[in-house]
Amino acid sequence: MIKVHINGRAYDVVENITIMQAATMAGYKIPRLCYHPKLSFFGGCRVCIVEVEGMKNFVASCTFPVKEGMKIHTNTEAVRKARKEIVELILDNHPQDCNICKRNGICELQNLARVVGVEERAFEGERKSYEKDNASPCITNNQEKCILCGRCVRVCSEIQNINAIDFTGRGINTRISPAFDISFKDSVCSTCGQCVNVCPTATLMEHDYIKETFEVLNDKSKIKVVQIAPSVRAAIGEYFGIKPGKNWEKETAAALRKLGFDYVFDTQFTADLTIMEEASEFLERLGGKGELPMITSCSSAWMKAMEQFYPDLIPNVSSCRSPMSMMSSIIKTYFADKIGADPKNIVSVAFMCCVAKKYEAQRPELMVDGMRMTDYALTTRELGWMLKSAGINLPDIKGEEFDSPLGMSSGAGTIFGVTGGVMEAALRTAYEFATGKTLGDIDILSARGNQGIKEGKIDVGQTEVRFAISHGLGNAAKLLNEVRKDKNKYHFIEIMACPGGCIGGGGQPYAGLGSEPFDVSLLKLRASALYDSDKTKMIRKSHENPDIKKLYDEFLGKPLSEKSHKLLHTHYKPHTPKGIIPKAGK
Amino acid sequence: MITDKFKKNFGDINFFGKQLRIALRNCGMIDPENIYDYIYNARGYEALSKVLTDMKPAEVVEEIKKSGLRGRGGAGFPTGLKWEFTAKETNPEKYVVCNADEGDPGAFMDRSAIEGDPHSVIEGMLIGGYAVGASKGIIYIRAEYPLAVERLYKAFDAARNEGFLGKNILGSDFNFDIEIRLGAGAFVCGEETALINSIEGKRGMPRPRPPFPAVNGVFGKPTLVNNVETWANITAVIIEGADWFSSIGTEKSKGTKVFALAGKIKNTGLVEVPMGTTLREIVYDIGGGIPNGKRFKSVQTGGPSGGCLTEKFLDTKIDYESLAAAGSIMGSGGMIIIDEDSCMVNLAKYFIEFTQSESCGKCVPCREGTKRMLEILERITNGEGKEGDIEKLERLGNVIKQASLCGLGQSAPNPVLSTIKNFRTEYEEHIKLKKCRANACEKLVNYYVTDKCVGCGACKRACPAGAIEGSLKAAHKIDLAKCIKCGRCYKTCKFGAIKKDSGIREIMQ
Amino acid sequence: MSDTKRQELKDFISEYMQKDNPSSYLIAVLHKAQELYGYLARETMEFISETMNVPAANIWGVATFYHYFNLTPRGKYTISVCLGTACYVKGAGEVMEAIKEELHIKEGETTKDMTFTLQEARCLGACGLAPVMMVNGKIHGDLTPKKVVEIIKEYRKKEGK
Repeated sequence: MIKVHINGRAYDVVENITIMQAATMAGYKIPRLCYHPKLSFFGGCRVCIVEVEGMKNFVASCTFPVKEGMKIHTNTEAVRKARKEIVELILDNHPQDCNICKRNGICELQNLARVVGVEERAFEGERKSYEKDNASPCITNNQEKCILCGRCVRVCSEIQNINAIDFTGRGINTRISPAFDISFKDSVCSTCGQCVNVCPTATLMEHDYIKETFEVLNDKSKIKVVQIAPSVRAAIGEYFGIKPGKNWEKETAAALRKLGFDYVFDTQFTADLTIMEEASEFLERLGGKGELPMITSCSSAWMKAMEQFYPDLIPNVSSCRSPMSMMSSIIKTYFADKIGADPKNIVSVAFMCCVAKKYEAQRPELMVDGMRMTDYALTTRELGWMLKSAGINLPDIKGEEFDSPLGMSSGAGTIFGVTGGVMEAALRTAYEFATGKTLGDIDILSARGNQGIKEGKIDVGQTEVRFAISHGLGNAAKLLNEVRKDKNKYHFIEIMACPGGCIGGGGQPYAGLGSEPFDVSLLKLRASALYDSDKTKMIRKSHENPDIKKLYDEFLGKPLSEKSHKLLHTHYKPHTPKGIIPKAGK
Repeated sequence: MITDKFKKNFGDINFFGKQLRIALRNCGMIDPENIYDYIYNARGYEALSKVLTDMKPAEVVEEIKKSGLRGRGGAGFPTGLKWEFTAKETNPEKYVVCNADEGDPGAFMDRSAIEGDPHSVIEGMLIGGYAVGASKGIIYIRAEYPLAVERLYKAFDAARNEGFLGKNILGSDFNFDIEIRLGAGAFVCGEETALINSIEGKRGMPRPRPPFPAVNGVFGKPTLVNNVETWANITAVIIEGADWFSSIGTEKSKGTKVFALAGKIKNTGLVEVPMGTTLREIVYDIGGGIPNGKRFKSVQTGGPSGGCLTEKFLDTKIDYESLAAAGSIMGSGGMIIIDEDSCMVNLAKYFIEFTQSESCGKCVPCREGTKRMLEILERITNGEGKEGDIEKLERLGNVIKQASLCGLGQSAPNPVLSTIKNFRTEYEEHIKLKKCRANACEKLVNYYVTDKCVGCGACKRACPAGAIEGSLKAAHKIDLAKCIKCGRCYKTCKFGAIKKDSGIREIMQ
Repeated sequence: MSDTKRQELKDFISEYMQKDNPSSYLIAVLHKAQELYGYLARETMEFISETMNVPAANIWGVATFYHYFNLTPRGKYTISVCLGTACYVKGAGEVMEAIKEELHIKEGETTKDMTFTLQEARCLGACGLAPVMMVNGKIHGDLTPKKVVEIIKEYRKKEGK
């Protein structure tokens, strides 16, 4: 322990921490902008400057280490004035359009301007001017709003190891862009949306389909069918200012009906369906038909990254479509038949925790008989906004059940939203398929938790199945590097593109202005909403879901049937531009 | 006197008379492409042999500390301390870097030192490598200096052949080799952490310090970075001893400093003077004063981030502290003499234009602040200055200075702040009277035809605004209402008959 | 022809790929590519990206950071007008204006006939001759607006233009 003085009072703090950390312990949250606890030090915004006695200039508290006897001042006149002027300089090169901005009210810069007390724009001059990049169905880039904090660049490189974007140009002409200033659409971007999650302004945002969806909702000639992903219900409450930890499943179902959807289905139902297909596929591969290890395919950003960065692993990737796409296929075939509707009159909308699902919805490989299955994929944030815009206050409404027959799910379908959940769900079923016995301990704890890469073993009949799980594409790179070296190391691998799995998806509500994106404690709370639901469900294995059984009896036949292949499976091919993973992390 | 042996006096020319050459001692004296000339005529590699045979690494560090040598790249950090910090690190892999990314407009001492005496720099780095326990050296040099690069490569080959570079140097167990990394046109890479990023093949954006390069430098390894002039001093310190070196100069600044003398001065070029020499001695005794009978107005030291000092500072002694106290900096050694024809506001604009275009863009104060300062200065020099602009410049200057990430930003406002301090009336004249007393700000001067006009009509044809009237062979006249002040008539006239004048004298009377 | 250049670039890179920290030689490789092709084309940078295993976005970031790198083709003659302090004080600004007027281009641009590219330089280290400019490595000193137009005309004559 060492002693430091902060604003005239002495505090004992541990060694080797930064001034910002010490100040936090002392009860001061120093205003900040480019800092992010999960990313490398940047020190560029200079908002978190403080005065240290004996230093000629202000120091950035986010990077400067404390020393024994250091006298730190966080709130002197001089430092407050400088901080305010720095934020003012940022604002002077930022559009003055807060009241028509999509992040109005949920913008870190706006909040910061208030916190430091900017009251004038003394230094106004020429403002930067760039073309907006709206070409990608997933991510839009409006560089006029960028304040160059570099969080997006760091998350893309340090957490995801995709390196799709970097600082481009120099000085006042610096901007964030993919290589050669091309569109995100044509880049190696995996569309995971983590850059959107960490962006403090409306620079990087999901390409929203709110307008289109409201138009559909007002179109009387269409049958409006909607589905929601497991993780949406674990986080949507945050959009309404409520701490995570609660499962908002029933309220969300009711809210969607109030929005005007005719049928409200649950992606968890097709999560169960995915398990039926995927567990069967796995056992087939285990029996010698197909490559091992088998790698899961539910994460759309992983799909895109896989085709660009790991084309050599295509034979290892499960051919199963994601639960969203399976649901859309079933809606426009089985369900359309059931209600006697022409699938062309059905609009299939999906609310996902994910930005990449927008890309998946457009994948030509997923069309069936020339028809697109998922019409619109929207994020949790878009759902939150739509509900607010329609005057539906989620916490106030009474919960309702999903519609039948695509609304019932097992606990296995629920935990799809958390890293390791797909693996756990698949193993619950694969074990029983292979052995014909009932799995004793249904909670596969080695698949749970927030470590970047998890490993485990489970006996499935004759074989001891070795599995591995990674979340975050940076961890995937590490794990797959091992796999490339030794294909026999694992039998089954789950990969989720986003840190924490879908609950940490790129489309989830911005972490509250007090907390940080992909904060572990936030992810834990969201995860607990799903694990708690799993625990309390009567049916916790996908193959025991009676509506799934019915779907096979009435329509699909059996897993991996011809019809399954047409509607529930897909194929992959290498994509350009080819992704490059630098040898060691940057 | 012991210093005499380094004093290369060429007759009685004053330009050299007051100079003392240590860093540049061999430049022009030896054939830079002949290692034997260096060895036999300049006691080359004697210092290396001395440290390898007679001195422990810690003793070398001690000697450099004792000499009082300070970094010649600008900030003046004690060199010996830097060496000590690097030596203290236990990582077996360390780097020694020579910063030859000389980017100050008007400064070319590093280039001259390398082109004229590459082995002194190499030998200095070898000694540094031995002292701190490094076996890898890197010279980071501007791509704009191809001859210097060529001479370095030749010098490496020669040194390797003679056993001064490579494995088991001079039969000892000391291994050291050097490679060259080329810059690519980014002034900010002279900042040591930006330079390290550039060596690593990245954008030259500075990193926060701490950690300092001595702890975490090139490829995360402990790294000792010194600039060319500093390295060029090392062998002299070792051969002649720290006591000799510290006998030269002032109390806190020892040895000599090289300046690139330029601007409105009779003798331009590189000068090396003992610390403590006054600015007046440089300007008048060495530089020969101001040409064309013009009046001295200001001396700007320290390159684009230095300050402009007035006549009353001419007796300031040149050392790190005195220059700082006067409101300027030593910097890397640019020295520009300014006469009455130069406008201080325009000059401040020029410097901020430079730093603004060289700002890396990483930190807000420097990236955004220098842009706003430039805009205000452009406004003022265009006659659109507003009440309060000077105060805004001061506010911006202070926040950029105090809050920027690296030395470039922290010193960028110096030329503006120092000219406001020393030439505030010139700013006020521009803003309130819309006049430039030096007639340098194009938009603030009027053009007149004097009686030298022969009526050739060239100016009339050149005028894009049709503002010049007059018939052939008769005196012409400029219609000030139509004149757009482009200055073409002024440039076109072969008879010097066009005068530009802001008319400030009339107002002042 | 371009195949031999590509091969030369490839050989140049493979030499560096043997060393420690190979990606740190990116700037050296970009210098080499510019020396071979005169500028850095997107295909060239994509080739470097794959060969050096450096993400394209990072290469683009570096290429656009350092002003030495040209991202568009250059004219036969590159005119670098020194705007260093010594030259500036001695009238380099007017020299620059005269060239711009003569060539009808701005700094950083190339004439339509691909003969001249104009750029500004920061100190060419010839302050004694200020103001100076460099045309493909050759220094011209003691410039005036008039003299510089004559020099450009000489180069034009050489090209038969």
